[in-house]
Amino acid sequence: MSLDVESLRKDFPIFETQVHGKPLIYLDSASSSQKPRQVVDRMVRFYETEYANVHRGVYDLSERATAAYEGARAACARFVGARDPRSIIFTRGTTEGINLVRFTWARANVKAGDEILVTEMEHHSNLVPWQLLAQEVGASLRHLPVDDEGLLRIDLLDEYITERTKVVAVSLMSNVLGTINPVRALADAAHAAGARIVVDAAQAAPHIPIDVNELDVDFLAYSSHKMLGPTGAGALYGRLDLLEEMPPFHGGGEMIREVFPDHSTWAEVPHKFEAGTPNIAQAVGMGAAVEYLEGLGMGNVRAHEKEMVDYGISKLEEAGAKVYGPKDISIRGGVASFNLDEVHPHDMATILDQEGLCIRAGHHCAQPLMRVLGVPATARASFYVYNTPDEIDALVGALDKAKGWFA
Amino acid sequence: MVCLSLEELYKEVILDHYRAPRNKGQLDPHDVALERNNPLCGDEIEVFVKFDGENVGAIAFEGKGCSISMASASMMTEKVQGLTVKDAGELAETIKKMMAGEEEGEPEVLGDLVSLKGVVKYPVRIKCALLGWNTLLEAFEESGKN
Repeated sequence: MSLDVESLRKDFPIFETQVHGKPLIYLDSASSSQKPRQVVDRMVRFYETEYANVHRGVYDLSERATAAYEGARAACARFVGARDPRSIIFTRGTTEGINLVRFTWARANVKAGDEILVTEMEHHSNLVPWQLLAQEVGASLRHLPVDDEGLLRIDLLDEYITERTKVVAVSLMSNVLGTINPVRALADAAHAAGARIVVDAAQAAPHIPIDVNELDVDFLAYSSHKMLGPTGAGALYGRLDLLEEMPPFHGGGEMIREVFPDHSTWAEVPHKFEAGTPNIAQAVGMGAAVEYLEGLGMGNVRAHEKEMVDYGISKLEEAGAKVYGPKDISIRGGVASFNLDEVHPHDMATILDQEGLCIRAGHHCAQPLMRVLGVPATARASFYVYNTPDEIDALVGALDKAKGWFA
Repeated sequence: MVCLSLEELYKEVILDHYRAPRNKGQLDPHDVALERNNPLCGDEIEVFVKFDGENVGAIAFEGKGCSISMASASMMTEKVQGLTVKDAGELAETIKKMMAGEEEGEPEVLGDLVSLKGVVKYPVRIKCALLGWNTLLEAFEESGKN
């Protein structure tokens, strides 16, 4: 079975919208995805028929809200292969998930003189938190290089992971290159050195099947808004034994067991990490997005995107673009960053916008990687379940037009 | 009222300066040099000024960026050369207000620059058009001449 794209597009009301009088062609899902009616409807129904605060009321409505919220947690656990829903902490998104690890596990375990290994392809969200931690505790940051094809130099792991390494922070899939990284190999090397591995799965979760047990990762963060769900929700998976021993993140209501004038004790995992009233409806919406994707089948999602990126790369190259990242689509997600010699990415994005085409232009929150690639910016087209080969043809047609202007 | 289509804006105004930028390169000697970038898109510019008394004696720029940022900077160097620092600063402020939609700008003062108004329709690109002008204002400030 494969995706029936024509029929699933009908689930996305946004595609009835026009941009500059043209049909919308949305090729920026790596930045944020569009939302199917099922997700929006689920949130509306929640607000209209089930809404109350969670884990507080003794009345039936609060029980219903709590059941919906905890049901979403179970869905988010299942989605990444986590066996116990308690190993999922709801966050605002991947960035908050990574920062949670920084402020809890890492702050308690990374000391002066220790090393934190990141990679040259990290999004700022999996780099800046570690820079801040390194500065705070006096640890040093190392960067695993990327080769010319856009692959991590895992042949250098022995050199980069030492007995001083305490954290290995890596993305499962690059938001610029599309590279799907061999996270299991990094996890094994990290564990052999006594380090923990923190995975940024913001790009991977929407697009490839994930199993935290197969990957053997300690922490893995992902966002709802990139996987058909609402903004303001995300999930952090953490190994239960680590979560149990970690200090809390934010202090406040909900995360406590008992409060005294000068000290408190903490609620059970995962509530210990969820201070205050959470983004309840957004978490419920994220759960609905998981169910929608499960309905499609993540294997089918991946197969569709392989076809799209394969076609996209070949058409872009035919059009004279330089496409960055691996050409082997078995290790590449649905992202194509590219440049045309003649047309600066920003000019390109403006010109394409006139044709109803949404692409990203800029440094994609990965400035260190841009320096490695030796470019100030790239254009990026990214594909998701609702994109079609026709849309890639439209992209290439618009690029030809842009080239014509600059010729 | 100038109402260029995007294609006209590019073809009639921007591309001329983008392909053949005026006063592009280092200026030596100079009294002030200031480098700035647009953190959102990575465009970079460096503006060099040599003063002649109270006037902008010579001005040049270096940079990497989109056609709008580079063309606007090129037009700027043509326009402010020989102006007093005060007049050049006022012109830069006028351009900023024009881009913010707060001022129409006098065609006789603006000359060619009036075409930059075409960028107002593309709000995300206004920062590109202003990169050079903002850098010039900061350079004046740094030199203590303003």
